[in-house]
Amino acid sequence: MARGPRSKAREEALAAALLGRAGAWQEADLRAQQFAHDRTDDAAAAARLAEDYRLLAHDLARARALMPASRAREYLESAYARVHATLHHRAWDAASALRALFVAQTPAAVRWLLPYLAWTLLIFLLSALAGFALVHRYPDLIALFASPDTIASVERGKLWTQGLLNVVPSSILSIQLFTNNVVVTLFAYCLGFLFGLGTLYILGLNGLMLGAIFAFVGEHGLAGELFHFIVPHGCVELSVMCLSGAAGAAIGEALIRPGAGGRLESFRTAALRTGPVLVACALLLVGAGLIEGYISPDPRFSLPLRLVIGVGYWCLMVAFLSGRLFTWHAQPRAPQRR
Amino acid sequence: MSEPLAGLSVDSVTGIDVSLPLAGPGARSFAFIIDWHVRFILALAWYVLATVLYNGGFSLEPPPGHQQTWFVLVMLPVLAIYFLYHPLVELAMRGRTPGKRSVGIRIVTRAGEPPGAGALLVRNVFRLIDALPVAYGVGLTLMVLTRECLRCGDMAAGTLVVYERSAADTALLQDAARRVGKLDSAGAEIAADLLQRWTSLVPEARIRLARTLLERYLGADADLSDADELEWRARLERLARP
Repeated sequence: MARGPRSKAREEALAAALLGRAGAWQEADLRAQQFAHDRTDDAAAAARLAEDYRLLAHDLARARALMPASRAREYLESAYARVHATLHHRAWDAASALRALFVAQTPAAVRWLLPYLAWTLLIFLLSALAGFALVHRYPDLIALFASPDTIASVERGKLWTQGLLNVVPSSILSIQLFTNNVVVTLFAYCLGFLFGLGTLYILGLNGLMLGAIFAFVGEHGLAGELFHFIVPHGCVELSVMCLSGAAGAAIGEALIRPGAGGRLESFRTAALRTGPVLVACALLLVGAGLIEGYISPDPRFSLPLRLVIGVGYWCLMVAFLSGRLFTWHAQPRAPQRR
Repeated sequence: MSEPLAGLSVDSVTGIDVSLPLAGPGARSFAFIIDWHVRFILALAWYVLATVLYNGGFSLEPPPGHQQTWFVLVMLPVLAIYFLYHPLVELAMRGRTPGKRSVGIRIVTRAGEPPGAGALLVRNVFRLIDALPVAYGVGLTLMVLTRECLRCGDMAAGTLVVYERSAADTALLQDAARRVGKLDSAGAEIAADLLQRWTSLVPEARIRLARTLLERYLGADADLSDADELEWRARLERLARP
């Protein structure tokens, strides 16, 4: 239907009035940006932001109708989105976010991952057994799992870990080991994206390597020494690998068997749900790296002490992952009987 | 011509939906390249400064052997800057980075809000997959193939990258408001913009744009005869006089 001259004049007057309010839009936008960054208890300022939201919604609706291809509409869209986000986004408090992460989210994610953890542990153990059996039966196959230097060192009756601190200082060794472990852990998690196959591959390969190396050093009478070396850091390090593998397996299963929401939604839910576990894994690996750099290669630590450190750190890990590390002192007392 | 990207539309209590246009692979790659240079320059600057201070003179040679102090003071911060740049900066700037800011894009959730720490962490962890096999091959391929231009990290974290117009030129919009009447609102904006930028444009561009605007709004009545640029500006001002 053709528009009459009166209608056109009215629209132009409305557009001019709308554009004339650009200063008010900018003020509203600035207030929203200030609100997004600062905390305030000022109720009047919050009420004013709600007024700004209504003003921008009103003007945006008019701009969409009157001047859809204008810069004013584009700017209003962005300003309205910013005020919407500021009004609807919860205030960010780093301390409470961290508390929620370690006290609630991580234990909940670990509980959810328990069935996956059982399966990944089983896969890891079976792979380790397979690696052990293979190299025990066919010793030449160690060349598939260990470097020529490592093989030569063991054949000379010496573990490659002996004298490690004479070559690399503990601090550098700790960081190198931490970096390597974090990369393996993150890959075990992320490769769940390949329908869980990547995670399975990383777990299987690491299990095979561990079993094969133990079989090989056992043939040369060094299994005890390797156990000495591994036990302080290995309890947590291997548990963390299985945990990140479990998170990767959960992602893989979300892709293989998506729920009613579809594959993408299922993947997103699994990834966000298991995200806190990765933070916990990274923190635990810092400790494992320090132990592996400072304690494991140091011959002054006796086996009982190594066992205490390894098992103690593992118990700390369990307390941390279950949330009890942060809540044991806050347990409510049982009501006393009268 | 390729179809424009779909936008993110979020319902709101006012009944007016929040609409955010999605950023495509071009804008996102451009932002990444800027960010890559920012973090590279920061890491390099730290390396140079710390090494010069450590060596006590202008020498960028690392000390021989494994020196703990040098590693902790020089190399560790360099690696931290390089690898933690994206998660830390995105967290501190609520889904923006210097690169994204200069391109005019930001990360949001599907509700149009800045993403939380968990979502940003997951999004950055999946860079390991997106970066495979080289130069973000997987990430770029996924962006091209998905309707919402998502890389693997976005899929995992439930995030999107959208355009945002950071600030309005309110003087321009108010000037345009005074010119509505003889021109429609879009024409008033263009005329106000052209007059504001007149001196910064090359003379050929000024005249070409003024001619196009006059032709569009005056049609056969437009005086399009050859003239100097002052005359063209006068014609434009007559057309868009408040």
